[in-house]
Amino acid sequence: MLEPVGVRRGSGPARGGTSVAFRVAAAQIKPRKAEVEHNLRRVGDVFAQATDMDPCPDVLVFPETVLSGYFLEGGVRDVAESRERVFEALQRQYEARGRPDSALDVVLGFYELRDGRYYNAALYATLVRGDAGGAVPCIRHVHHKFYPPTYGVFDEKRFVARGRALEAFDTRFGRAALLICEDVWHSITAAIVALKGAQVLYVISASPGRDFGGQVVGNLARWRLLLPGLAEEHSVFVVYSGLVGFEGGKGFTGTSRVIDPWGRVLAEGPDTEECLIAATVDLDEVAIARASSPLLADLEATLGDLVLELDAVARKPYRT
Amino acid sequence: METLPVVAAPAFDPEDDANLAVNAPLLERWLIAFLRDEVGRRRGFARVVVGLSGGVDSSLTAYLCAAALGPENVHGIRMPYRTSSEQSLEHARLVADALGIACSTVDISAAVDGYLNLEPDASGRRRGNAMARTRMIVLFDQSEKLRALPVGTGNKTERLFGYFTWHADDSPPVNPLGDLYKTQVWALARHMGVPEVIVSKPASADLIVGQTDESDFGISYARADRILYYLLQGYPERKLLEMGFPAADVRLVKGKVDATHWKRHMPTTAMLSATSINDFYLRPVDY
Repeated sequence: MLEPVGVRRGSGPARGGTSVAFRVAAAQIKPRKAEVEHNLRRVGDVFAQATDMDPCPDVLVFPETVLSGYFLEGGVRDVAESRERVFEALQRQYEARGRPDSALDVVLGFYELRDGRYYNAALYATLVRGDAGGAVPCIRHVHHKFYPPTYGVFDEKRFVARGRALEAFDTRFGRAALLICEDVWHSITAAIVALKGAQVLYVISASPGRDFGGQVVGNLARWRLLLPGLAEEHSVFVVYSGLVGFEGGKGFTGTSRVIDPWGRVLAEGPDTEECLIAATVDLDEVAIARASSPLLADLEATLGDLVLELDAVARKPYRT
Repeated sequence: METLPVVAAPAFDPEDDANLAVNAPLLERWLIAFLRDEVGRRRGFARVVVGLSGGVDSSLTAYLCAAALGPENVHGIRMPYRTSSEQSLEHARLVADALGIACSTVDISAAVDGYLNLEPDASGRRRGNAMARTRMIVLFDQSEKLRALPVGTGNKTERLFGYFTWHADDSPPVNPLGDLYKTQVWALARHMGVPEVIVSKPASADLIVGQTDESDFGISYARADRILYYLLQGYPERKLLEMGFPAADVRLVKGKVDATHWKRHMPTTAMLSATSINDFYLRPVDY
């Protein structure tokens, strides 16, 4: 495996002093509608493929609702799983098909049943096969979609509950955050998790293509503005994994990609076909970018005033 | 006084078609992916049947299917009635030959007349509906025979105008063109090389000799599509008039859309429970 001298490949959160660079891959696949077992095996296929990649990914990201497909309506109730069962199933797949004596961090979207409610969820877990130098299999974080879209072709809040929190969390490869699809169409969500210390944003989506008058599909044009904008504004890496395939005539626009803290696209997948994209995330870039363009620090310094302004807006004094 | 140069946004032009422009290569690629996924991956069919009328919609559908699935997996079926135009048959043959797809002909005259002979006073509309429904009997039966999936050919403009026979033209389970206005169908057809003689001829349902869509509508597709574009975006009638669209055109177009919402839905079922299908019990079509 090619590694610069002195680079640490993760054994805790990056707090400085030691460089952390890791290899990330995003898989865009076409799940079979509501066939969770089949889709889990498909995820296992990607684990197997990843073992042969050189360099081998440290973090592997799968799209929103990859275990079931996205448009399920009332079918959410049929396919929703607990995070524990999903984690155990992924761990079983990795033990059977992952690289011997290794660990892999996985981000994956699924419909979750939790405390009597259904959610559109993203899981971050560490999977281990054999002796992985002390890495322990675990769930590190689960994010519930904060903005389940319910307009036009989207009908999520009819079938799932809304998430209530925007968190950053420590991983073996730096501090990270998970956001799902419309979550990042509101730039304030990325600002909040960046303020909470995230250096890598894992964004997963199922974005149905619409509008064919431009150079690329209309929603894809928006994503192409949005994701580099977030990366550059907050000096974070953005790792994006998009679902592909058609569901009832609605085709998802894929284009998984990795974007560095300068807003540069390091790798990008196609819009309709399955693929695996890969890039190196070097967290040194975050500090260098933030020093060059300290927008996040400026935001942090003005939070007191912003909170007052937001509070004033929330009280709606202007809309009586 | 030194005056500043003024850079003003152009005034709105109700005859501008920019909003209806399509990126034809992108659209072609997308619809090919759609057909492969919806016909093959989701439904498990390798082959399709397309009713070839000789018009631009079914011709373009055949071109897309041949590109997506291979010409050997596309079967065109011509279904003339005895009053259908010879030119329609020739144009359907032209498409089949250009693509190298199989093409068969099933004359529906005897089947249609078998019924209509019992109803000698049937109006033109009833006769047209009988032909359209007979064509669907043929198309679905041929699809069973050929172990192929019927592919629909209706476009967005005719769907919005209700210019089709309910549960006939609209019944094939997969339709690549149903979200494209007619003017967009023309653009994509030209890009894909559908013969110009087919693209540029006046659109016609070919149910009555000399009939054209636009004479039936009382408005051209180009004018209708510009209004439909804004109507479907949610612009109210008042706004469309302010924007400069002719009042008579707006009322005609809106009237046709408003009168035919029912045709774009499944039959109305009396709801009697909290598990009423498609009201409470909701599963997507590909579940």
